[in-house]
Amino acid sequence: MKRMNNILMLAAVAAVCAGSAIAQDRPTTLRIVPQSNVTLLDPIWSSAYVTRNHGYMIYDTLFGTTADGQTQPQMVETWTVSESGLVWDFTLREGLTFSDGAAVTSADVIASLKRWSSRDAVGRILAARLDRYEAIDERNVRITLNQVFGPMVQALGKSASNVAFIMPARIVEAAGNDQITEYIGSGPFVFAQDEYEPGVRLVYTRNTGYVPRGEPANGTTGGKVAGVDRVEWVILRDAQTQLSALQAGDVDLLEVPGFELYPALRANDDIKLFDRLPSGQMLFARFNHLLPPFNDVRIRQAAMAALGQEAVLKVQVGDAELYEACRSIFPCGSALSSDSDLLGLTPDLDRARALLAEAGYDGTPVVLMRPTDLSVLAKAPLVAQQQLQAAGFKVDLQSMDWQSLISRRAKKDVTAEGGWNMFISAFGLGDLMSPLSIPTLNASGESGYFGWQDNPALEALKARFVEAATPEAQAEIAAEIQREALTSGAYVPLGQVYAPTAMRKSVEGFLSANGASLYWNVTP
Amino acid sequence: MSNMILKRLLGSPLVLFVVALLIFFVLRLAAGDPAAVIAGDKATAADIERIREQFGLTGPVWKQFLIWLGRVLQGDLGHSYYMRQDVAELIARRIVPTLSLATGTILISVLIAVPLGTIVATRPGGLLDRLVMSGSVAAFSIPVFIVGYLLIWFFGLHLRWFPVQGYVAPSVSLAGWLHRLVLPCTTLSVMFIALIARVTRASVLDALGEEHVRTARAKGLYEWQVVLRHALNNAAVPIVTIIGISVALLIGGVVVTETIFAIPGLGMLTVDAILNRDFPTVQGVVLFFSVVYVAINLIVDLTYLLLDPRIRS
Repeated sequence: MKRMNNILMLAAVAAVCAGSAIAQDRPTTLRIVPQSNVTLLDPIWSSAYVTRNHGYMIYDTLFGTTADGQTQPQMVETWTVSESGLVWDFTLREGLTFSDGAAVTSADVIASLKRWSSRDAVGRILAARLDRYEAIDERNVRITLNQVFGPMVQALGKSASNVAFIMPARIVEAAGNDQITEYIGSGPFVFAQDEYEPGVRLVYTRNTGYVPRGEPANGTTGGKVAGVDRVEWVILRDAQTQLSALQAGDVDLLEVPGFELYPALRANDDIKLFDRLPSGQMLFARFNHLLPPFNDVRIRQAAMAALGQEAVLKVQVGDAELYEACRSIFPCGSALSSDSDLLGLTPDLDRARALLAEAGYDGTPVVLMRPTDLSVLAKAPLVAQQQLQAAGFKVDLQSMDWQSLISRRAKKDVTAEGGWNMFISAFGLGDLMSPLSIPTLNASGESGYFGWQDNPALEALKARFVEAATPEAQAEIAAEIQREALTSGAYVPLGQVYAPTAMRKSVEGFLSANGASLYWNVTP
Repeated sequence: MSNMILKRLLGSPLVLFVVALLIFFVLRLAAGDPAAVIAGDKATAADIERIREQFGLTGPVWKQFLIWLGRVLQGDLGHSYYMRQDVAELIARRIVPTLSLATGTILISVLIAVPLGTIVATRPGGLLDRLVMSGSVAAFSIPVFIVGYLLIWFFGLHLRWFPVQGYVAPSVSLAGWLHRLVLPCTTLSVMFIALIARVTRASVLDALGEEHVRTARAKGLYEWQVVLRHALNNAAVPIVTIIGISVALLIGGVVVTETIFAIPGLGMLTVDAILNRDFPTVQGVVLFFSVVYVAINLIVDLTYLLLDPRIRS
């Protein structure tokens, strides 16, 4: 009997040892469902948030943003700026390498910044003030400007799309004006291109050569230590399938669940919600400034008065915990936000009718585009239609899928030939923290954002903002920008919506910065 | 019969040409510009125009069609705009999950529906017959996605017997492949079991009323011998026809099922390609499905030859 017991004990010990050996060998994997399918992999080419998040997996940045919006050095060790504010010197940290083994050099930084600043809204402002880039040596870069660009480090560290990711110069140069085709970075993960299945899954493995900073991880700053060996992004299109997969433990995290899933998510004891404030989005209605009736500022103001945020948000989102009316063009609660009387929470029909009468509105129908396949935006146009009609507008609501909408909004033709007057969309709150990165504040006419507002006064205010030396001065100019944008009827903010990330209770260490979902530091 | 098959063979290229023509021009007529989709949210008009030129979307549509058709005739289905792979390669990668789903569905459907339809045909008007017939109306009427969600809830989340989503290639794990196919195949087969069972019942019932069946019974054969050898044999042509039609109908069904269960097959590829206005992929996949459809019809016709000596003669 004793011998039998010994044998059993030995077998048990062997089993435990074998089990732990297997556990040690088996790579730890985090499975997440990204907010949407990843159709483009180049984070400089695409401004899609999901592509930006993909970028953070594999690339690093010169500066980063903490969870509370502060800019901190990341790849940069030290930096100085001349008294004139025109000469910026940056020294890279020692030992930085790309995942192909090549060292990160000044040439890589310069090539990356040149490409980024040719496509990003804030980057273009930097490019317009640039005199030259210089590679002082392998680790030292100098940027010389011909005009002051105050938010230099904020621009290089911003987490709003497009992020100034640093890529190898050879890849940047090979791409030219096209997308990059090789995805090599110096970030905490390596993109497993051989395991990539478009529309199905993306796989990232731990970058064993990554040199993290010593500080604790905070937003996109600090030590980006990978907590798992692999991160798999599983593309699940169907909201119900996403919910089932999380409930069953097939995936660990849903980045942005649909609004309708929250009651079920809150009711499940195995799932927790992570509020990624100031993440979320701001809905807005955009006018086509080129065509009647919205080529008349009074009619734009009439539409602004007719639209009330509360009804739009209630119908579009439903769950009162997931939306907030906001009377600012900047995210409510952010440094630059201030309430404006020009934005109503409920429709002011008397004012709208008076403005229409003053403008002599002749009943020209407003072609309002509605994306039926995008559930986060599909209902808002229905409310807007009713509110505009109540004020006396004639509205031609045209339903289409989202891709048709984004194709059609590029058309400047008259409405009879495929043009449009108005659409409703949303920007991530992270993009709205600065007037420089809000696309709808681009008032440079036909080369600007869809809707093509031409407002030199607004552009001049933005130029003043760039030169503002202190946060107080920036806030003052931001208030002026808000006043000018709303007075000129650039667009109508329609309130903020939130979509807390849902994850299994076992998941720890999830980080976010201005809406970017970050997967280093996370354990499943 | 050989003339009929020859005619079908000769007619097939014409059918495929018409499909190619239709799909190409219908896609161009549909709203949405692939260049705008690829260019992204913050692109300028110049960016979009450059991409349009890069992908050959600028010339007259008829010229674009001729170029595409010429390449197809040489076996080149084109290059996906957004997946950046050859369409033929994409189809080859995605066909195995779809084929697995379709084969599993047809197997389950035939193995359940044909015996069920035959059994109830032997006792028409009985309790089982009425249950099966009313059940088949319900099964045929319930949308595939409702069946899928119900099965996921019960077998995936409640009993935890099966995974709720995903696909494992048979080369990775044969058991995993089978395990993950059970729920999707069952989901999709519900509709086809109903359809095939009803047709089987009607055909066998007709055959059981034929004179040769009466003769077989008069010879003293057992009832199961009468049903299997004489009735079911003669009812085979309409049953094979409905199975053939079911395979063709599956093409629509897999799109929904693959989406619900996140199976990376041709259905999901088609949806993605349409949503992204990926013209070469949509054209390639539709053309591929058309070839499959034509081939299935041809196989069904050939099966008639085997099953019915009257057609052979």
